[in-house]
Amino acid sequence: MSILVNKETRVVVCGITGKAGTFHSNQCLEFGTKIVAGVTPGKGGQITASNVPIFNSVQESVINEGVDTALIFVPPMFAVASITECIEANLKLIVCITEGIPVLDMVRVSVALEHSNSRLVGPNCPGIISPGQRCKIGIMPAYIHRPGPIGIVSRSGTLTYEAVWQVTQRGSGQSTCVGIGGDQIIGMTHLDVIKMFNADPETEAILMVGEIGGNSEELAAAYIKQHVKKPVAAFIAGTSAPQGRRMGHAGAIVSGKYGSAESKLAALRDAGVAIAEIPSKMAEALFSIYSK
Amino acid sequence: MNIHEYQAQNLLKEFNIPVPFGVMIASKDDCQAILGALHFDKICVKAQIHAGGRGAGHFKNDLGHGGVKFASSKKEAFYVIKNMLGNTLVTKQTGNGGKVVHKVYLVEPVRFSREYYVAILVDRNLRRPVLMLSTEGGVNIEAIADKSPEKLHKIIIEPSMGLTISQIKELASRIRLTTEQTQELSDLLLQLYALFIVKDCSLIEINPLVLDKSGHFLAIDSKINFDDSALPRHPDIVKLRDIEEENPNEVEALQYNLNYIALDGNIACLVNGAGLAMATMDLIQYHGGQPANFLDIGGGANEGQITRAFKIILKNPNIRGIVVNIFGGIVKCDAVAQGIVNAAQATLLSIPMVVRFEGTNVREGKEVLNSSGLRITFADDLDDAANTIVNLCK
Repeated sequence: MSILVNKETRVVVCGITGKAGTFHSNQCLEFGTKIVAGVTPGKGGQITASNVPIFNSVQESVINEGVDTALIFVPPMFAVASITECIEANLKLIVCITEGIPVLDMVRVSVALEHSNSRLVGPNCPGIISPGQRCKIGIMPAYIHRPGPIGIVSRSGTLTYEAVWQVTQRGSGQSTCVGIGGDQIIGMTHLDVIKMFNADPETEAILMVGEIGGNSEELAAAYIKQHVKKPVAAFIAGTSAPQGRRMGHAGAIVSGKYGSAESKLAALRDAGVAIAEIPSKMAEALFSIYSK
Repeated sequence: MNIHEYQAQNLLKEFNIPVPFGVMIASKDDCQAILGALHFDKICVKAQIHAGGRGAGHFKNDLGHGGVKFASSKKEAFYVIKNMLGNTLVTKQTGNGGKVVHKVYLVEPVRFSREYYVAILVDRNLRRPVLMLSTEGGVNIEAIADKSPEKLHKIIIEPSMGLTISQIKELASRIRLTTEQTQELSDLLLQLYALFIVKDCSLIEINPLVLDKSGHFLAIDSKINFDDSALPRHPDIVKLRDIEEENPNEVEALQYNLNYIALDGNIACLVNGAGLAMATMDLIQYHGGQPANFLDIGGGANEGQITRAFKIILKNPNIRGIVVNIFGGIVKCDAVAQGIVNAAQATLLSIPMVVRFEGTNVREGKEVLNSSGLRITFADDLDDAANTIVNLCK
């Protein structure tokens, strides 16, 4: 099985009539994703050019089309209202592509998420795809993927594509790829996704792509060390980045010694993870410890 | 977004947080009149630049050490202000070039008995705002956090509840405040949290917060940063932006929703996605080159934005080559290609350019570039792109 999505997943696209919403809904449909509804307030009752019925609210799409997952393209100032609506409709999975959502909006919705059964992927992410299940919920180019045994999780959008493409070009493929998003506050973390990959019998090896900042990679490393027997490889972007604009003293205090590329790489090495020193060798690092 | 100390102090005042009397001067001409009107003689003169470490910094001309100076008379203050305005201040955060001082802040010095450090920011792992208070304030706060973490008290704030009186009372008893002081601190912190939420701050720092000689709290110096993503709903905050403090290319990039940071090298980069942009820079360095900039054109860049982005990176006089690395998702390769062609033709591009396209509309993108007549080297992958541009720039 894949994680999070499969060929039964029924998707509503929030913001389906916008430019990005229209283009990418069609791409997902072409791939085989069951996009069964769209939401644009005020346009309920209409039907898109690709024959997807439009509703005024997420709740209506659940009642009429049995939706369980959302894909959000709503502009940043309205995106959190859309996520909240999806939580209230008790959707299983919410994938938010929107970039530029205010941090305090995300703080508020995080609390609602913790008290719900919904999982959030993103925001500011490429989404999730399971090539073997013909399910693509996001903006990634479909042709670079191939069904296979590798689970990929990444904070960066385009660097995820890079990792995917390298795996595909080596003749292998992906069980599921999850772009968790690069914002300060996100839904699922590296750790959450790696736990699921670890439990998924179809995922035989894991490729993790991280970035400097935060301590998501360190937390994942601690879990891998304890619980993951499957081969794991990782790349951390930003080793060459000059010290970024510091957030005064307080940013340094909160992150403490975490956050630097060195800290992340040390934690991952300690957990037995194969490290790709450069981004063009992500798949090579993985296949140096895993073969099939 | 960053603002000056005097602006931060004004915001605190607006939220009824006690601050010392202060006045900003931006022109030498106003100096005499403003000094004359002051009701005190001993004056603290503080250079206003968007960088920390001012006290420990030094000026390039005359004034020597320290961006914060105490003058014991208005005459002395006049001399200091005249020499500070237009002078360049170098601190550990400005880089060797330093920053030109366009504004100074005159403050009435305060005698105090105790100093504290207070900050509010969002903890990304807890996904909640946290308030931090240290019983030792001052410039060495990072060392204190590192060496004596017990002096740093942390309150995790539940967004639905906000900062609560009981949390503040518990903190106050830990740091042994009197009943009156506890009440004052409580009012102050509640107001500070309100400011943080209402204005979508990403950081508020008061350092030091002091108890003055009469036992009242006073915010001596503060720093406030705002969440860029929330600026559209705060036109009042946007007005506080001081363009002079920012790199002009970065300011221009921001206008077009491009994430650009100028760097010291000579290979310009145009990439989609922050992670891939960093990875591209990593690889350029790995192959022995130096990136001239970080540029993430973002998730939804169109042809017009790409043209802008290209013109911005070409403004850097040091660049000797350009690498374009696009893995299309929302961004379409053909839109990027057309943007490049428009900009290159307008600027008569003469330096080497390596392009790596993959993803959405990759074929169409290559066709646009091929039929443009521009001299472009195509790269097969990420590594090839970085390696080729480094070799072409040798």
